[in-house]
Amino acid sequence: MAEMLLREAVSKALSEALDEDNRCFLMGEDIGAYGGAYAVTRGFLEKYGEERVRDTPISESVFVGAGVGSAMIGMRPIVEVMTINFTLVAMDQIINHAAKLSYMSNGQLTVPLIIRTVTGGGGQLAATHSQSFENWYASVPGLRVVVPATPYDALGMFRASRKDNNPVIFAEHALLYRVRGEVPEEYYEVPLGKARIARPGNDVTLVAYSGMVRVAEEAAAKLEEDNISSEVIDLRCLSPLDLDTVIESVKKTNRVAVVEETWKTGGFSGTIASDIQEAAFDDLDGPVVRINGPDVPAPYARNIEQLMIPNSDWVVKSVKYNFGL
Amino acid sequence: MATTLNIETLAKEEALEIFTQMLLIRRFEEEAERLYRRGLVRGFLHTYIGEEAIAVGAIPNLRDDDYVIGHYRDHGHALARGVDPKAAMAELCGKATGCSGGKGGSMHLFDAEKHFMGGHAIVGGQLPLAIGIALGVKLKKLDSVVMCFFGDGAVNEGEFHEAMNMASLWKLPVVFMLENNLYGMGTDVNRSRAGGASIYGAAEPYMIPAVQIDGMDVMAVKETVSEGIAKVREGTGPVFIESMAYRFHGHSMADPSNYRDNEEVQENRSRDPIDKFREDCLEAGKIEPQDLELAAEKVDLIVQEAREFAEQSPEPAPEELYTHIYADPEGN
Repeated sequence: MAEMLLREAVSKALSEALDEDNRCFLMGEDIGAYGGAYAVTRGFLEKYGEERVRDTPISESVFVGAGVGSAMIGMRPIVEVMTINFTLVAMDQIINHAAKLSYMSNGQLTVPLIIRTVTGGGGQLAATHSQSFENWYASVPGLRVVVPATPYDALGMFRASRKDNNPVIFAEHALLYRVRGEVPEEYYEVPLGKARIARPGNDVTLVAYSGMVRVAEEAAAKLEEDNISSEVIDLRCLSPLDLDTVIESVKKTNRVAVVEETWKTGGFSGTIASDIQEAAFDDLDGPVVRINGPDVPAPYARNIEQLMIPNSDWVVKSVKYNFGL
Repeated sequence: MATTLNIETLAKEEALEIFTQMLLIRRFEEEAERLYRRGLVRGFLHTYIGEEAIAVGAIPNLRDDDYVIGHYRDHGHALARGVDPKAAMAELCGKATGCSGGKGGSMHLFDAEKHFMGGHAIVGGQLPLAIGIALGVKLKKLDSVVMCFFGDGAVNEGEFHEAMNMASLWKLPVVFMLENNLYGMGTDVNRSRAGGASIYGAAEPYMIPAVQIDGMDVMAVKETVSEGIAKVREGTGPVFIESMAYRFHGHSMADPSNYRDNEEVQENRSRDPIDKFREDCLEAGKIEPQDLELAAEKVDLIVQEAREFAEQSPEPAPEELYTHIYADPEGN
């Protein structure tokens, strides 16, 4: 069992792809000569050459579309969009094209494309560079949305994403790149659409994904000090969504809070809350609690930026208050 | 560009084939318009009537392993690429036997086997896809070319400029086929484009060789495109061909076309590409009038069969709503 950073786990996943499958190639902004904005592809250009590690112009629409087009004829492109904020520039290609081609062609075409991108705030990058849009993509039929929280899952779910024949949005949280975790030497995969019980518990269920899994785990540790036992569920994927694991937990704890970094209005926590209430209303001791960032653009100044990202104290307070614990 | 490839150089069979293909597209769409009025075709129906010489002059120059991708005015491209008229008409009618299973409709015809990679209905959206197909071809070390159709409206989209830059930068095998019919929906190109109605100069900043031709002259299209394909196949990068065109009918069936004056429409209709080719062939003694009559009868029969097939085909089963949202796990 080796320890590695999440960044290293993704690098390993990409190396494997290039080593094992000659249909795979990487394409994106500054992934080659620069080594990747987050250093994930450092050394790749030297190792694999410029045909398979392609620096693109700053033209998100065409390089994402080029990924879609090459996938349409059987390549397995891995496209990096430097941050999820920039995927908005390529939204037409992702939503109108990548997500639709299988359906509109009645299965004649498939788009086995992985779009890697960096999500989340907390880096004092202000309103245009601190957003999370995984929930938006998760609402689009035809896309997979993968949101790893650990190095183990990043590698395991990337492997599974490569075997999937659909367009995958693989969103890596910027603040998780330096998280360290255990990764086995032997080969394994983490299937898409299977949530993980990050911490077992009995009194309350905390549902989270991506950067918020650590926040939920920290909150659970603090709640434990007050003898409140929390079960933390890491969704791992927003599409496909593993609701069964969530419902099973709720049936045990009868209380649930969903923790999400992005805005409350339109947040994925709303979908989860609604699904839980439909499937397990009689098991609930109270309303499903949603803990989201407030509906404000991210500011630059550190002190007020921190006020918009849910943290463990916030989760603890909310759980105690809402459930009278 | 002067036409040196004149009708004299065509074999009789080839001339008849060109005539038949153009007429097939015309009659197919006239039937589609009738089906629309009868309520069997719904949604948007954009006809290519008046522009047939471009598809027929261009697409048959391609090999089977080349690719065609284009926009939502796609019936002509599909038929010229060999998509079965029955499957195309059934698609227009929303039938399970349609070339997209009834899920795409008129704007989204697909036939992957024929390398017809779709009609695409977001203006300009097919251009990045064409770049990707061409990149895939290049990475696979094949010598196929990608023919990408788009209209004058697409030229003002950012995706057009991004695609032009990348195609030239990476020397991708793309034949850019601009069909300039002078109107982006109802807006005159002179009111939408700085520099006016002549567009091929837009390729110059990207160092892509570009020409402008009369898109109503099927022989001019055939000659220019065939040279363009040969050049692209050498691997030196894309070419850009602007075909000046005019759609005789409205943008779609919903369009009363009141932004064009009747005189302009009539003047353009007097240059009908099918009539012109027919007259040229007769004048050159290339084809006898009875050959043309036979060809027209053949076309009428194909269209009639396509209509009957579409009418008689079943609608998609309810469960088809949920198929192919995601790829078959065993697929690809």
